[in-house]
This record gives sequence, C-alpha cells and structure tokens, in this order.
Amino acid sequence: MAEDVLKSGDLPENPERATLEGRNKFMGFWFFLGGETVLFASLFGTFLALRNSNAGGPAAEDIFGLGLVFIMTVLLLTSSLTSVYAMYHMKNNDFKKMQLWLGITVVLGLGFLGMEIYEFYHYVHGYEFGFTTSAFSSAFYTLVGFHGAHVAFGLSWFVALMIRNAKRGLNLYNAPKFYIGSLYWHFIDVVWVFIFTVVYLLGKVG
Amino acid sequence: MADHTNSVENSEKHEFYKKKHREQMKHQVVTFVMMIAFTLIAFGLVIAEVSAMFTIPIILVLAAVQVLFQLYYFMHMNEEGHQWPAVMIYSGIFAAVLTILALTTITWW
Repeated sequence: MAEDVLKSGDLPENPERATLEGRNKFMGFWFFLGGETVLFASLFGTFLALRNSNAGGPAAEDIFGLGLVFIMTVLLLTSSLTSVYAMYHMKNNDFKKMQLWLGITVVLGLGFLGMEIYEFYHYVHGYEFGFTTSAFSSAFYTLVGFHGAHVAFGLSWFVALMIRNAKRGLNLYNAPKFYIGSLYWHFIDVVWVFIFTVVYLLGKVG
Repeated sequence: MADHTNSVENSEKHEFYKKKHREQMKHQVVTFVMMIAFTLIAFGLVIAEVSAMFTIPIILVLAAVQVLFQLYYFMHMNEEGHQWPAVMIYSGIFAAVLTILALTTITWW
C-alpha cells in the first residue's frame, strides 16, 4: 500500500471534496463568490444610477444592437453547459473527455471575448462613445469591461489547468482545481445574465 | 477470493454512479434548454416592443430564475453538502441588494 492515494486513478464520488484541501478550496471559493457578488452589485448600482447621464453623447438605445448581444449570450450560456459536461466526465474519471469539453468551453469563451472586443471597438470608432464620453459610458465600460476581464481570466485559468495537468491525468490533487475553475466559469455566466438584462434589454426598453 | 468479491462490488458501485451521473446530466441539459427559452422570451419581448410596464418586471424575473437554475443545477447547489455555499452566496446576494438599492436611491435624493 505504498501507492499515493492522491495520485490514485480510482476516484471516489465527489472527488472535488474528498480531501481536506479540496474541501477547503470548495468552501473558500464559495466565500469568494459571495464577495464577487457584492463587487458586481456595486458596479451594477453605479451603472443603474448613471445610465441616463449621457451628457449629450450617445444614449443606450442609440448604440446597443441586440443581435450581437443575443449571439454573445448564447455563446456564453452554451460554454456554461460544455463545462458542466467537462465536470460530468471528471466524475466518471474520464480525463480525455474532460479535457475535450474544457477545450470546447475555451473556444466558445474566446468567441464571446472576440465579439465583445469588436463591440467596444465599434462603439469607440463608429459612435465616438469612449470611456470618458459621459458618466453613462464610464459606468458601462467599467461594468461590462470588468465582466470581460473575468472572462479573459477564466479562459487563462482553464488553459493553464489543461496544460499543467495534460500529462498528469486526473487525481484527487487536481480534481478540486478543475471543479473550482468550472464554478468560476458558471459565475461569469450568472453575471452576464444580469448584464444582458439590465444593461442591454433595459437600455432598449428605456 | 476476498479480492474477487471486492472488484465485483466495485464495478457495481461504478455502474451505479455512472447511471446516477447520466441522470444528473439529463437534468442539466433540460436546465440548459429552459435557460435558452427564457433568453429567447426576454429578447423577444424587447424586440417586439411590448409595453415597458409589462416587459421590465418579466425580464427581471426571467433573469432571476435563470440565475437560480445556474446556481442550483450547473453549480450543483441542489446536491448534498452545500449548506455553507448557500449561506455564503445568499449573504453575498443580501449585501448586493442593499448596495444596489442604496446606489440607485441615494443618487436621486
């Protein structure tokens, strides 16, 4: 029995919480998500307070195009499902399929990020809607840009995990890492649900 | 002999969990379809320019329900052992609601 349990390929049910370290990460990460909720709330609150203060610059209904936002929403929502698939294969101890579904998640996330960069570029150059144009533009770029930065960070996180563990395979040491990465990804989608509703849809309704 | 019964038990356990995971995955896919449907309804209401008095509360409720789906199914809060995650995320939501209320009302006073 000299075998290292942490590196054993035979995973128990809920491998992400099977070790003390894994449980600590799991708890700590949910604590962090509670904090992130408040952080985004302060940005949402600022945006809601300033969304009509456009200082003569473009207003929400002038610039937002719902088609692009809808495609971005579907991309991010689908990437949330593909990371659920990755965790499904993690629980069945199928490392290759988990890596594959994480890869699909990363591709969808990159698509989302690319469209967001295009969107911002379009606002700045097509409408002269820059960060300092109005209180509305500052609040908009801060809120949506902060979310975009979370997407970029989540993508780097997944890519780093996939490369670092490519030769290790799945074990009790890295299962919590993958699980927590996917929790972060879902949380990014949670925030986006409120962004597309509060920023874009309410912006169009008035 | 003992080893043999052990491996039989193990493979039975594996089969049981595999089946359980497949069931859970089916729920996840249903959740995903419903979230896509909610998104379509929300965008549809706004694009069809239904009256704002009706649209605004509906899309806010749709967003809230979609987030609950995300938390309870995709983030597994419906599974056992999630009491503390619930405490943490709901404390976060409580502080978030206070923050948004404060920022949106104070600005207008």
